[in-house]
Amino acid sequence: MAKNIIEKVWESHVVHREEGKPDLLYIDLHLIHEVTSPQAFEGLRLAGRKVRRPDLCFATMDHNVPTKDIYTINDPIAKKQINTLAKNCEEFGIQLADIGHPDQGIVHVIGPELGLTQPGKTIVCGDSHTSTHGAFGALAFGIGTSEVEHVLSTQTLWQNKPKTLEVRVNGKLGFGVTAKDIILAIIAKWGVGLGTGHIIEFTGEAIRNLSMEERMTICNMSIEAGAKAGLISPDEKTIEYLRGRRFAPKEEFEKAAEYWLSLASDPGCTYDKVLEIDASEIEPVVTWGTNPSMGTGVTKNVPTADDYESETDKQALRKALEYMGLEEGQPITSIEIQHVFIGSCTNSRLSDLRTAASIVKGKKVAPGVRAIVVPGSHSVKKAAEEEGLDKIFIEAGFEWRNSGCSACLGMNEDIIPSGERCASTSNRNFEGRQGAGARTHLVSPAMAAAAAIEGRFVDVREYLKQKQEA
Amino acid sequence: MEPINIIKSVIAPLDRKNVDTDQIISKEFLKRIERTGFGKYLFYHWRYDENGNEISDFVLNKPEYKEAKILVAQDNFGCGSSREHAPWAILDYGFRVIIAPSFADIFHNNCFKNGILPVKLKEVEVDEILEKGLQKPYIVEVNLSEQTVTGEDGAVYHFNIDPYYKEMLLNGWDEIALTFKYEDKIKEYEEKRIVFK
Repeated sequence: MAKNIIEKVWESHVVHREEGKPDLLYIDLHLIHEVTSPQAFEGLRLAGRKVRRPDLCFATMDHNVPTKDIYTINDPIAKKQINTLAKNCEEFGIQLADIGHPDQGIVHVIGPELGLTQPGKTIVCGDSHTSTHGAFGALAFGIGTSEVEHVLSTQTLWQNKPKTLEVRVNGKLGFGVTAKDIILAIIAKWGVGLGTGHIIEFTGEAIRNLSMEERMTICNMSIEAGAKAGLISPDEKTIEYLRGRRFAPKEEFEKAAEYWLSLASDPGCTYDKVLEIDASEIEPVVTWGTNPSMGTGVTKNVPTADDYESETDKQALRKALEYMGLEEGQPITSIEIQHVFIGSCTNSRLSDLRTAASIVKGKKVAPGVRAIVVPGSHSVKKAAEEEGLDKIFIEAGFEWRNSGCSACLGMNEDIIPSGERCASTSNRNFEGRQGAGARTHLVSPAMAAAAAIEGRFVDVREYLKQKQEA
Repeated sequence: MEPINIIKSVIAPLDRKNVDTDQIISKEFLKRIERTGFGKYLFYHWRYDENGNEISDFVLNKPEYKEAKILVAQDNFGCGSSREHAPWAILDYGFRVIIAPSFADIFHNNCFKNGILPVKLKEVEVDEILEKGLQKPYIVEVNLSEQTVTGEDGAVYHFNIDPYYKEMLLNGWDEIALTFKYEDKIKEYEEKRIVFK
């Protein structure tokens, strides 16, 4: 019988199945960072338990790390959390890419980069954006700290099998429209609960045409669609990305590649639910509200209460606009910004930085705008510098930082002040996400770069056209 | 984990949907390495203004809801980040039950590991309970064994719950200790697991 990739990967990881219980699933890779792990390690110590498979764990520091001077952590509580991870990794024998280590970076950027992320693996991390790794056809999902402790001690998790959802993106993307716009458009169309209780497989011509880094952007934000996980069937692009990566198979690579390709969804397989969207109808998206579904095309206006039927939705709109300091019906291109953040596990990879750099090259950041670029990992930073991208950004007036989660959630000092507005390539525009009272607009790296130059949102397609004509 | 079966209290009506974990516990409070002590930071930026004064019209600041052990909210409660600090804060504040039409998956899982009962009711039922609770303090009894929510006015609502998680909550079990019983199965799986060199 034709099977989809979700069923194939799930079934191949069932350790124990019994009526009336969730499945006991084996976990192939456990990624760890400093914020969601200390209580789990403490739990092990209190119960006198060990880490079952330290060889299947990999840790790094990302949420709290400073991006200016990486060794100066001013907050003593953050410092203690960082030191605690280092101590725990040493005590339990877990590999750690510590601050200053060449492998350090945002956990969801370094996993793929190092070749730890592979098709068909079950991957977990105490972080909701673990869904990123699904871009390779891995079953990857975020877990809480109790589950982190459970995986550390048993290398398994009890999980109810979610339903399957195909999100098919048909046709070709328009000029200047990116992967970030696809996922923001999907969430805007069907809402933040569209994937609740489901694992999404993204399919269709537009998805096939994306690079691996673009696919990571899509899968990264599956959680913003409420899904347990989001994945994409592996193909030749997946294989070529992994070839030669440090933790990818070596002598058996071809055999592995053959196996990985066999995991792709079979023709004629079915899903519990299917949603379709036409790529050609997607334009660059800007979010105007306080959850990722509150977004619209850059040529459109902020909605009005009349656009909604239920009183709850009308109220949600008013509340969001009050927080965001916006008016109903205001054109998106009239929104002025004071900050630009290019970074996060959604959009901080080399191709993201190349796109942004190509737009700001030879131009200057608008007066009154503070713009920062935070590469996703130490090696992204190094590669960008080898191409001279750092110089392009610095000459345009951007700050060029070290890698970390940074202003995506502002756990370090990279915080947006209250009442100020940020064009951000990150994934969440919740109230206070980037700082108490901060106003976040989610956009693609291209749109963020253009906003930095103009000091307001502009249609990046016009920008790119002018450049082509020049 | 403390077992849970019957909880009776006034409800705290939080009439909002998509309450995300960034609102439940803001990032500035995630740096601690303990599991306890997060209650005072629950919904911090909704509870307090910039000077740290209580915002009087926020539901948890109203005296009639101060003793609530049952929180009632709208759709997709707990969406966003996987931070278990969110259920830790809810528990530490004093809530044992959350009633909503739907929950985000990771948050939902996290509740069961901490002795919090997430009750899913139909949207119309939640609307009804919220409406009553917003008019005047409304006391309900949640009974996990019976899978019921009973209002002081006699209204009864039934809920479904996964039998595995029901047992875990009723008994306050340590899930890791349970899983150790399957160690032979885990070993067996590890022997046949596909690994490429």
